[in-house]
Amino acid sequence: MARLPSLRGPKVPQQVPRLVAVFALAAIALIAARYFLVPASFGEKGHYRAAALDTIVAREKQYAGQQECALCHSAIMDARLAGNHQGVACESCHGPAAAHAANPVEAKPSVPREREFCPRCHAYNPARPTGFPQIDPVAHNPLAPCVSCHDPHQPEPPVTPESCSACHRQIVSQKAVSHHATLLCTTCHRAPDGHKTSPRTVRPGKPSDRNFCGSCHSADASSPQQIPRINLRTHNPRYVCWQCHYPHYPETS
Amino acid sequence: MTPRDHDLADESPAVAENEAVNRREFLSECLKACQLAAPVLLGVIRVPLLEAQESESGGYDPAEHLYGMGIDVSKCIGCGQCVAACKSENDVPLDSRHFNTWVERYVIGDNHVVDVDSPNGGMDGFPPVATEGGIRRAFFVPKLCNHCASAPCVQVCPVGATFTTDDGAILVDDEYCIGCRYCIQACPYGARWLHPEKHVAAKCTFCYHRLVQGLVPACVEVCPTGARVFGEVERRSTPLARFMRFNDIQVLKPHLNTKPKVYYANLDGEVR
Amino acid sequence: MQGFIYPNEFELYWGLLIVVYPYVTGLVAGAFILASLERVFNVKEVQPTYRLALLTALAFLLVAPLPLLAHLGHPFRSYEIFLTPNRQSAMAMFGFVYAWYLMVVLLLEIWFDYRKDLVLWYRNETGWRRWVHYALTLGATDLSEKSLRFDDRAGRWITIIGIPSAFLLHGYVGFIFGSVKANPWWSSVLMPVVFLFSAIVSGIALVLIIYMIASMLRWKPVDMRCADKLAAFLFYAMVVDVSLEMLDFIHRLYESEESIGILTQLIESRLFISLVVLQLALGALIPLTLLGLTSPALSKEPIFKVPDELRRLIYLASAILVQIGIFSIRWNVVMGGQLFSKSLRGLTVYRLELFGLEGLLMTMALLALPFVILWVLVKVLPPWPEAEAELPEPGAGADELPSATLP
Repeated sequence: MARLPSLRGPKVPQQVPRLVAVFALAAIALIAARYFLVPASFGEKGHYRAAALDTIVAREKQYAGQQECALCHSAIMDARLAGNHQGVACESCHGPAAAHAANPVEAKPSVPREREFCPRCHAYNPARPTGFPQIDPVAHNPLAPCVSCHDPHQPEPPVTPESCSACHRQIVSQKAVSHHATLLCTTCHRAPDGHKTSPRTVRPGKPSDRNFCGSCHSADASSPQQIPRINLRTHNPRYVCWQCHYPHYPETS
Repeated sequence: MTPRDHDLADESPAVAENEAVNRREFLSECLKACQLAAPVLLGVIRVPLLEAQESESGGYDPAEHLYGMGIDVSKCIGCGQCVAACKSENDVPLDSRHFNTWVERYVIGDNHVVDVDSPNGGMDGFPPVATEGGIRRAFFVPKLCNHCASAPCVQVCPVGATFTTDDGAILVDDEYCIGCRYCIQACPYGARWLHPEKHVAAKCTFCYHRLVQGLVPACVEVCPTGARVFGEVERRSTPLARFMRFNDIQVLKPHLNTKPKVYYANLDGEVR
Repeated sequence: MQGFIYPNEFELYWGLLIVVYPYVTGLVAGAFILASLERVFNVKEVQPTYRLALLTALAFLLVAPLPLLAHLGHPFRSYEIFLTPNRQSAMAMFGFVYAWYLMVVLLLEIWFDYRKDLVLWYRNETGWRRWVHYALTLGATDLSEKSLRFDDRAGRWITIIGIPSAFLLHGYVGFIFGSVKANPWWSSVLMPVVFLFSAIVSGIALVLIIYMIASMLRWKPVDMRCADKLAAFLFYAMVVDVSLEMLDFIHRLYESEESIGILTQLIESRLFISLVVLQLALGALIPLTLLGLTSPALSKEPIFKVPDELRRLIYLASAILVQIGIFSIRWNVVMGGQLFSKSLRGLTVYRLELFGLEGLLMTMALLALPFVILWVLVKVLPPWPEAEAELPEPGAGADELPSATLP
């Protein structure tokens, strides 16, 4: 086998140009591969394929958004925004409606009327925030569909003194589902007229001692029989009632 | 159990602002002042939330936004509507082991034992608590990708198939991901999963396809109690900015320094 | 399942193949470091295993990327790692570390070491063998004294570069795990170092096994000075390795971070067999005791003087136990890191499948493949001392030269 004459004279061993050739070939292959295989939009915006954004943006939405619903159903929307479900978007109950928005006649969103649906949010669960309206689905008007009493777009119970709930809506909604639901605000609080105009300076009255609660709950009170009774003298006499019981939702404490 | 009084919290002065948020705001303001004085002015007069998305040229400009999510743990009722909505909006397999977002229930008993569950990701709601003895605290925690400002998943992706967009969302390029799953291992929050049919990493996108249309993510849209708040992190007058002013804000696993953009209010120390 | 795990954690995303990958690269790095002992540190006793160790390293290095490839969701996109590597990603460096080690270190060193023999074999042979050997010389057939001296010097330098490269190769695999801050079982600065030393242990043990079995198959006597020296190195490397593992263990226990509760549960239940029984007892304590008591290379007066035959058997048994132990280490790292939830509240289980790309059969095949490759390599590039061709006397005919003898 004829030896190739070394280009740089005898000083460079024969191995060096051979290896250099092999490595040069590998490098050229890599550079060529980079040139042909790296996607065109790679690195336009960062170390990624910018065209990927177009694919992701082009995904079809399933939920239209409540603004879209309001375009046709403005009356129902107005009713809902006036009630306790004002924060509940249409598709929260009716399911994804983008198809309906695009084709109102053929695609219809779901209308959940069955009794199982509402307890998803309103069944009692100790992990739910205190004050969030919850019922025991077994005991709360069994068998009756929720919609027979509650309008889902305006679900609040009928008795709500507007003059109080305007500011104290949360307390009202707590009380409304508690054992104290039937009590008027004025049963326990005295609200001078000035409280409505200057709520900070004119404070409403509050019960001041144990005897106030005792007028219904003490053993010798002349209140309806089903009301729970205690012995005012022996039942934790060092405390006032609301240090342990939350009067607007007494059964949770 | 004592009642949680949101009215009171809302009336308290805005002292709850996070230091990190201040710093981030400051830095970004500096940057903006240097580079884009005009867009900032436009940004300030812009209508809050996602109502005015169109930039002057008419298209969506990601550089004008930075998105984040606020989650008020004390408002979550564990109905699971967000989980179901996410699955249908993003074509997530309907099985019980792939979720972009899920809800966990924490029940802390009188014996201090912490019991956590998330049956089917909370998608079908939660069964009654099976307790022996009393409950000390109990609450629901919605989880999702935190779209970290310094995201470990983006750092480890060998090929650049997962990336951070200019508006702060972490996305996956389905056509470029090689399916090595290193990002899944690197995510401290368990927010990533491997798509069983596409064989690529998958995750929450903040419903990026909705954002560019000016819509909020599907989970935020359907949340009935407003436990999820979505919006701009950087601007001042947005629902998220208000949320972060009026609440003590925490993020998940802060010691890992991933700088999440999902901000929790009323988060219990037991949540991991 | 036990306790609470994040819903996305039901599936273990890295399976048995990812256990095989660090195991195989560890063998590569270890075998190479053993080879470099002879070349750089002039440990003459292990000279009979020098070329065998290089070929072993090559055979395993060729297989190393296969488990990764088989595990990928999209194997045909794997080239992207070379084209658009994310410079911030530890894993993106895989392509470069691997290419550097294969092309610049291992192939070059083997080439320089074998070049003289390749040329002589090619000159004396006929048929396909002749052409294979000629192709492998790359046409560089100069056998002048100067040229051979260049081979030797270049080989030596490459070995010197090769040692840090071997450290890099396997330290890097450790870094892939050790740098995952999300995972308290992995996240540790000691991880690359532990990987490195366990790699050295496994590499030495593997070459010891292959050397003894190859000698047996070839009906050649085992060079006991070589075997004793290998066993002694194995012992030293294991002492360092076990100490590092214990340091890691004690450090975790003493720091007792948030994760300590779940990790304790993990070791006591899911990893008890593979960590306490296989890795520590079978894979470390028993071989250490056996070697320590019998190796004459450790001290002039070993505690037990054992006849050569028995000592060979003890070495072989220890080396096999060590392999089991090192495989368990890889298992415990890869699987252990995924068997607990990142919520630190629960444990999950690994369901091993038999068939399929990531199944048991595939794993067995991938573990057998390096031995097939090694068999081919040994056929093409015989590493045995008697196969080395002598330089021809000036003017002597090529036909009179001894041709390669093969097992």
